[in-house]
Amino acid sequence: MPRSNVPSPKNGRALIDEYFIENRHRLLDIAAFLDRIDRAGDAGAWSDFRMRAFRQALDVLCNGSFPRVRQIQMIFSDPRTEPLERLDQKAARGAYDPGKEEA
Amino acid sequence: MQYIDLHAHMVSRTTDDYRMMALTGCVAITEPAFWPGWDRSSADGFEDYFRQLTGFEPARAAQYGIQHYTWLCLNPKEGEDRELAREVIRRIPKYLDRPNVLGIGEIGLNRVTRNELATFRDQVELALEYNQLIHIHTPHLEDKYKGTRLIIETLLQYDGIDPQRVMIDHAEEHTIEMILEAGFWTGLTLYPQTKVSPERAIDMIEMYGVERVCVASACDWGPSVPLAVPEFIFAMRRRGHDDALIRRIVFENPVAFLSQSPKFRLQRGSV
Repeated sequence: MPRSNVPSPKNGRALIDEYFIENRHRLLDIAAFLDRIDRAGDAGAWSDFRMRAFRQALDVLCNGSFPRVRQIQMIFSDPRTEPLERLDQKAARGAYDPGKEEA
Repeated sequence: MQYIDLHAHMVSRTTDDYRMMALTGCVAITEPAFWPGWDRSSADGFEDYFRQLTGFEPARAAQYGIQHYTWLCLNPKEGEDRELAREVIRRIPKYLDRPNVLGIGEIGLNRVTRNELATFRDQVELALEYNQLIHIHTPHLEDKYKGTRLIIETLLQYDGIDPQRVMIDHAEEHTIEMILEAGFWTGLTLYPQTKVSPERAIDMIEMYGVERVCVASACDWGPSVPLAVPEFIFAMRRRGHDDALIRRIVFENPVAFLSQSPKFRLQRGSV
């Protein structure tokens, strides 16, 4: 756990009291998103590079420890160091696609 | 509480947004030149945009008592076309003397290509040649970590770069540390979905402190919130932080960074 430069004025219990309901809501939204994909009946959807990264991120949520946000950010990030030779697409898509590199 | 929105693309916003920002305490805005959501077809299109940023927009803001400053450049999303970039960069210097121009920005990288990097270098060199402050855009989503790292490595190759005169914007949890450790200023962008929420911005401030850290809305033509800074103020109070700390982030820090330009002077009553 890093040293806190600006300590949170709230202790753990106070943070739960203040923010539990809205984060419960966010968790249910994620569950509903996954259920929605199941209901679509498209088995291939789960092998989409974005959903593979998403499931890795969920594993960090379930089994990980501090700092979870940073770990999840790195799951979604392009790990390469060299610039692309040319522009391939205008916009980022939210997760790195290793299959695109192999193609 | 008075605040400065250090990153707001007001050309894409309505006059009603200026009014709401004024009502919530905004005293000054800085507007980096950016991508309008489509590619311009010529350098003349950029010049018209520079005229808007240095003439029309400050007059519109002034109607609501908001001081409007700007940064000029060819943005990273249009940095791939080297021929266009060279022509636009050639035309920028004649606008640098305009009274509301603070420096070069928002330059940076988009998909992190070799051409984008070359255009970035050209504009860093332009800023150094004309002794301008620099405002930097870091890439979105999966490109952010790679792009931020390359931007920092590139900047540190220039002997003339003073990190204290450079804002590397759109930091997130995986990039803030490398930016601050290299001595640069950074911005936390309060933007829905693709950047950070007020709560995550507060978490980063609690972990990394307030030194050389600002927040901004980056409101533009996409889903964004021109009142994001007052939303952040509200979230800070909800977390239990005191107003002196909040003022440091939303007012005193932007003043400290921007005052390195002799053109940035807050009007009496705003200090």
